[in-house]
Amino acid sequence: MSKLLSAALAGLLFGLGLLLSGMSNPAKVLGFLDVTGQWDPSLMLVMGGAIAIGFFAFRRAERQTHSLLGEPMQLPDKSRLTPRLVVGSALFGIGWGLAGICPGPGLVLVGMGQAGGVYFVVAMLLGMWCARPLIKWLS
Amino acid sequence: MNIAWASFTPAAALAGGLLIGVAASWLVLFNGRIAGISGMLGGLLDRASDWSWRLAFVLGLLLAPLLWSGLIGPLPAMQLDAPLPRLLLAGVLVGLGTRLASGCTSGHGVCGLSRLSPRSLLATLTFMASAMLTVLVVRHWLNGG
Repeated sequence: MSKLLSAALAGLLFGLGLLLSGMSNPAKVLGFLDVTGQWDPSLMLVMGGAIAIGFFAFRRAERQTHSLLGEPMQLPDKSRLTPRLVVGSALFGIGWGLAGICPGPGLVLVGMGQAGGVYFVVAMLLGMWCARPLIKWLS
Repeated sequence: MNIAWASFTPAAALAGGLLIGVAASWLVLFNGRIAGISGMLGGLLDRASDWSWRLAFVLGLLLAPLLWSGLIGPLPAMQLDAPLPRLLLAGVLVGLGTRLASGCTSGHGVCGLSRLSPRSLLATLTFMASAMLTVLVVRHWLNGG
């Protein structure tokens, strides 16, 4: 139970951070991605702020075998540079640039009751579902 | 390069970023897991055996706006201009791409870069470049907003 409450609290904090930072506003995200137009650099500070805190937490986490709640520490591989990683990231970037929404903010928009957020998230889940056979075929 | 100083919001962006960093740190230190939203959703779709913590995090994310309007006040301004067909195409590409890449802005961009992961650095540089290029094409070459 405590691990579920802990995960829910982390999700809640993450969502509040997205709202406060401006990441949950697609027009703001597109303003950041528009480097050749009127560029709004705000979102550089979102990533910078998050990494400034995360750097210390992950440095600690890397040295542990178990979390504070006794769960095994599960950290993914850091070094494999594959075509799948690059192609996937490129496709993700196209989608992100088309609407200004990535997965976390998509869910926050749903929580805000935005119809556009619901359409986006349903399409995103469909895309994730389509990725399954593709990943199986590639591996 | 023209900077849009009028829409630049450094304090809110930095404070929000720090909060996101606290949330990701919390999840890894207490639960031992990466705060990657696409990975959590993918695991839920795959009916992974450890679905419960993923659902708990996602529910927290979905409830954040409710908590904001209850505790802080009116939700921050939001503007979503993409017409429906573009929104749907965007969603499908984001879903497909993040699963292929095993991560998105949160998993690679925040957690992976915090871990100094070369894999996440390559992913982040790639999706940033492709998103910026997409905005350049749509907004400036096709004049599509």
